[in-house]
Amino acid sequence: MTWAILTALIGHWRRNPVQLFTLLAGLALGTALWSGVQAINAEARASYDAAAATLGEARYAQITSRSGEPIAQATYIALLRAGWVVSPVVEGKLGPVRLVGIDPLTAPAGVGPLPQGRGGDLAAFLSARGQIFARAATLGTLPATGADLVAAPQVAPNTALADIGLVQRLLHRPDQIDRLLVAPDQPLTRRPLAEIAPDLTLTEASEANDVAKLTDSFHLNLTAFGLLSFAVGLFIVHGAIGLAFEQRRPMMRTLRALGVPLGRLIALVGLELAGLALLAGALGVALGYVVAASLLPDVAATLRGLYGAEVSGELALRPAWWLSGLAMALGGTAVAAGGALWSLARMPLLASGQPRAWAMARRQRGQAVLAVALMALAGGLALWGHGLLIGFVMLGALLIGGALALPPLLALGLRWGAARARGPLAQWFWADTQQQLPGLSLALMALLLAMAANVGVSTMVSSFRMTFTAFLDQRLASELYVTASDEAQARAVTDLVAGRVRAVLPILSIDRTIAGLPARVYGARDDATYRDNWRFLRAAPDVWDRLARGEGVLINEQLYRRAHLDLGANVTVAPGLALPVLGIYGDYGNPEGQVVLTEALFRKLFPTVSALRFGLRLDPAKTGALRAELHDKAGLPDSATVDQAAIKALSLGIFERTFAVTTALNILTLAVAGFAMMMSLLTLAVLRLPQLAPVWALGLTRARLALLELVRAVVLAALTGALALPLGLALAWALLSVVNVEAFGWLLPMYLFPLEYLRLGGLALLAAALAAAWPAWRLSRLPPTQLLGVFRNER
Amino acid sequence: MLLDLRTVTKTYPGTEAPVLRAVSFSVAAGDRLALTGESGSGKSTLLHLIGGLDTADSGVVAIEGSDLTPMHDAGRAALRRGTVGVIFQQFNLIPSLTVAANIAFQARLAGRHDPDRARALALRLGLGDHLHKYPEQLSGGQQQRVAIARTLAPRPKLVLADEPTGNLDEATADRVMDLMCELVAETGAGLIMATHSERLAGRMMRRLHLRSGQLA
Ligand SMILES: Nc1ncnc2c1ncn2[C@@H]1O[C@H](COP(=O)(O)OP(=O)(O)OP(=O)(O)O)[C@@H](O)[C@H]1O
Ligand SMILES: [Mg+2]
Repeated sequence: MTWAILTALIGHWRRNPVQLFTLLAGLALGTALWSGVQAINAEARASYDAAAATLGEARYAQITSRSGEPIAQATYIALLRAGWVVSPVVEGKLGPVRLVGIDPLTAPAGVGPLPQGRGGDLAAFLSARGQIFARAATLGTLPATGADLVAAPQVAPNTALADIGLVQRLLHRPDQIDRLLVAPDQPLTRRPLAEIAPDLTLTEASEANDVAKLTDSFHLNLTAFGLLSFAVGLFIVHGAIGLAFEQRRPMMRTLRALGVPLGRLIALVGLELAGLALLAGALGVALGYVVAASLLPDVAATLRGLYGAEVSGELALRPAWWLSGLAMALGGTAVAAGGALWSLARMPLLASGQPRAWAMARRQRGQAVLAVALMALAGGLALWGHGLLIGFVMLGALLIGGALALPPLLALGLRWGAARARGPLAQWFWADTQQQLPGLSLALMALLLAMAANVGVSTMVSSFRMTFTAFLDQRLASELYVTASDEAQARAVTDLVAGRVRAVLPILSIDRTIAGLPARVYGARDDATYRDNWRFLRAAPDVWDRLARGEGVLINEQLYRRAHLDLGANVTVAPGLALPVLGIYGDYGNPEGQVVLTEALFRKLFPTVSALRFGLRLDPAKTGALRAELHDKAGLPDSATVDQAAIKALSLGIFERTFAVTTALNILTLAVAGFAMMMSLLTLAVLRLPQLAPVWALGLTRARLALLELVRAVVLAALTGALALPLGLALAWALLSVVNVEAFGWLLPMYLFPLEYLRLGGLALLAAALAAAWPAWRLSRLPPTQLLGVFRNER
Repeated sequence: MLLDLRTVTKTYPGTEAPVLRAVSFSVAAGDRLALTGESGSGKSTLLHLIGGLDTADSGVVAIEGSDLTPMHDAGRAALRRGTVGVIFQQFNLIPSLTVAANIAFQARLAGRHDPDRARALALRLGLGDHLHKYPEQLSGGQQQRVAIARTLAPRPKLVLADEPTGNLDEATADRVMDLMCELVAETGAGLIMATHSERLAGRMMRRLHLRSGQLA
């Protein structure tokens, strides 16, 4: 019997290949979108982890010198003698590659390319010729050194590892050490660091991992997008399964009528679906891989440019994401099939189309109630919630609530249209659209989420860009930035430029702990540059005059939020000196707190600090000439002078790349949602014949009916788009004002981009029209006998 | 002549034997004739050709002198809107519209909607209490009465009925038939009704019998 039932179930697909295709494609596309975004995320994260693990940057405390000078071999030996368990590291650029030298004998476990327990390699690593470990791609870019090259995929991208002795020789830095890794277990008897080497400082493990902290901002963007794509995928899968059940309803009924036990039928359908889900999931993961691989070069470029983090440009097949892709396909199928199996279990044996419509109406009411509840939850969390997790819960509630609210709202809109329809055709059009709504609602929900994601993410990224460029204009107001190597050179620079530039702005800074948090204190010259360019989030009246008189300080937003220092609060900048906060400024992309004092006060408080960096104000056309002169007369290397225009161009270029990735993902989501809609329309086309045949028999051409189908899809997409806009804006607000603040400590102002939304709306309408085009074309070509069959056969 | 069929032949694609072979007959205004024949003899096929729902392979199907066969989709659709009304055995109604909207639908499509007439028809057919219901809330007999009202509302010249009472019990079938014949007679339209029932066929003015695709 089992075999007979399976033959019947599978026979349905053989007779309706288009339905099978839509089911598989729906599942595969949902999975592909999700796993594509996940793949990009996983790959980037894995690259950081590799970087952190190989260099021990994240896991171990480090000792460095305060001045940035190398640590002498003798100091290292003195530390060892005093009982410290430390391991030396030296690093530098060899060609384009970051070359890192470690000492395999003293390095803490897990640092370096040599796996534990393969001691045989150690001899070769330490041999006179030496070995250099790197990824195959990196090895190709290394200049010839005479050392053996060993491919090691676990090393961070664009990084090479070798024995410290070899690296010192290759970099021509004998006996020099850049930093010392501190093993986690240290003898209690060791002498304090300050006694042995007062110019060295110890950095704790957690503070060393800045890269990850900064790039998290970009990843949050992608994660939010992953969440959205997951929701879109889930709705597509749900829609595909629901339709597959709806189509086979009569057959299931016949099987039951023939005496197939319900339990057996459900088990077999479940088995069949699991098989299909696995197949489609595998296809989807493969597709997601292609998507990610084609986007990844850009993602890697974005991260490298933005934060200086190295991300591998090639993609590895990581179990984490392909498993999650398969789980998504299976889980989505299970969730979708759960409801369908439940209704199968309760399906009456005798066919009667009647109760279905009422059941739909009841379900819609339930959905509306749930949607309102979720929206209320999201609103409540926005008002009173705190924490990153709450932020994400709020996002989820907003998304699902919005999606559930769609069908009832659409029904309302259609009822409104129907009430205003005049001609008989128009009336039928609206009434028929209303009746088609339940079958299309899942595809429309996917479209809604895709559009809302588009609006939300592009608003967020664009706002980020606007804020950041405005911020660059504010913070990079000087035309030329110069960094001197020592005080003598600094004096040479100021002497040289005196009288030739409009202003010289020394950049004085010192790291301090402010209100219990690590922060950097700056001394700013009282100059029009600051007054003209800086914008405050909040400021006291006469802020610049009072700052110049030393009556207070400016702080950045991070410090304001983390230390709860509002205007007027007192900040202890030096022992015994507390000054009120006069202004708070936005400081994006920086994890640390900042305090700005006027120059005079700074010099009085920290007389040992002298300025090595300067901002120069001059005619932008003359920066080139001045740079050349600084190079020739003051001996400044080119790398020590930075042209502001160049920095800005670089930053903007990076944003364009970020944009390219988000735009590509956006269009992809929209395309997938459009495809889901097409599949729903195709499957519905068969179910809709009984609705269309009477109208056709009464004297409407098939071409006319097809045109109406097209118009219907566009009308539904337009209504969906009208609802997607507020949802997307709410999403953007949640990302910018809640999630971002919780995650990074700064609030991004939200800008609106009406033209962009208009373009997106146009794209969505186009997608809907394209989605409806094929089913409509098929309808216009439908043989009359098929339409006549409606009147002949039992449904 | 209202309807003229000359040597009409039809073969369904993918089948060998023709369903209709050189069928010829004519119908004048006011004529009411029965179309009989055993199951599969081609009654429905013939009605579909006359209604412009399907096309003949050869021969002439002329309504008021104009041949349907070479017409485009649009021409045949226009014909169905105003001149020829079709009633099927079942599933005639538009599920998404109320009874009242269904009755008015065809007349409005034809641009001949007369609310008074629609209302009168509905009352004559005993549908007064059901005007705001949806088709799925009606019994089979009620649904067929709605279909009759809808077909007759725009005053078609020719009514085609394909076993319109085939799904109804005898008593109900008789009542529906009487009403239909009465109303058709009032409009002076022609009527062709396919039926299996000798009793119903006997109430018509003429009878055509199909046997393996030919008139006997
Ligand atoms: N779409 C089709 N494709 C192929 N053959 C068809 C199609 N529709 C009908 N036929 C065949 O044409 C013949 C005539 O069918 P038709 O429906 O006209 O018969 P009928 O006289 O109306 O029968 P009934 O009394 O059972 O309604 C039958 O043999 C049928 O199998
Ligand atoms: Mg028939």
